[in-house]
Amino acid sequence: MTLILALVIGAAFGAVLDRIGATNPDLIGKMLNLTNLNLAKTILLAIGIGSMLMFGGQMLGLVDVAHMSVKSAYVGVFVGGALLGVGWAVSGYCPGTGIAAAAAGRKDALFFIAGGLLGAAAYMATYTSVKATGLMEKIGGGKVTLGTVPGAKYDGLTAVSGDILGVILGIVIILVAYSLPENMRGKTVIVAAE
Amino acid sequence: MTLNWKTGGLALGLVFFLAVLLVKPIGVSTQFVILDSIVWNAVDSEVITKTADGYTSSNAYLAKSNGKYAKNAANPLNYSFLFVVAMVIGAAGSSFLRGGVAKTDRSVPELWRANFGDSPVRRYIATFIAGFVVLYGARLAGGCTSGHMMSGMMQTSLSGYIFALGAFGAAIPTAMILFKRG
Repeated sequence: MTLILALVIGAAFGAVLDRIGATNPDLIGKMLNLTNLNLAKTILLAIGIGSMLMFGGQMLGLVDVAHMSVKSAYVGVFVGGALLGVGWAVSGYCPGTGIAAAAAGRKDALFFIAGGLLGAAAYMATYTSVKATGLMEKIGGGKVTLGTVPGAKYDGLTAVSGDILGVILGIVIILVAYSLPENMRGKTVIVAAE
Repeated sequence: MTLNWKTGGLALGLVFFLAVLLVKPIGVSTQFVILDSIVWNAVDSEVITKTADGYTSSNAYLAKSNGKYAKNAANPLNYSFLFVVAMVIGAAGSSFLRGGVAKTDRSVPELWRANFGDSPVRRYIATFIAGFVVLYGARLAGGCTSGHMMSGMMQTSLSGYIFALGAFGAAIPTAMILFKRG
């Protein structure tokens, strides 16, 4: 059954990534150079809606709290995030959208995937030395949520009720999505004539 | 062609919600490790070994968390790996239905062309190196844009916010320096 769900949800995810323009490096680049924030608005709205539905559903007992999977917070999350950010800006691809873009017919994305497979292998090869540095130092207790979610196996960074906080943050993120201007630099960057 | 942000955001939000409602939050970058390991293990069958209560590996990264990655690489027919395979099918189908990527953009996208010219080789080298850095970074961080940022922030994980800060903090200045035109 979960394998069927993998096919259905995975296919839906791939199709939606393509339809929102996340498989288009032009739109990623224009989001990151702040000239076209439509994709940022899309992603923020999605996070906000997901958060409200998930935590709202948990409060009503309709969503299984055990399905939550919270990743650990440590120094390497920030450093790795920054590395990813540089490559994301250069290529216009992140791991998921790179694969989806290749599937959509972009050849440069195939090179991104090839580089990615090598990068992942390099991490496997260097994991032991990375672990010996301070990069795995936990932040705020590691696997924590901002509030304390009732029934979850994760600690809360604060004692605030985690599901209420989740719904509120969901609403805040949606409001940010609505209030974000489409172009933050107030000008259209002109493409030079060829 | 591209969905408006309200429709697109709603659709993407529903997919993220359905994933956590029915199975677990979405994540992709781990599967690069799994694919590497499947290939590696096919070449050298000593890499992943079965133990009394599961799997382990001669590689410390694959052996961590009780051989969780080793187990998935030994059994590729698992949820997370199949999810990514299905993602390929979904994206390809969607692209086909909307008429695909414009021929001029298939090798070198427009924004890149406006700033760095139309050499496919230059673009391929750049995306290859970027791919390396992105996946090394994602594995160091323990997740990527989908797992850490979207699934993480949705669940109010501290790690999701730290990741987003690092990723956008580096990506925005990089893009502003690189893409001055277009």
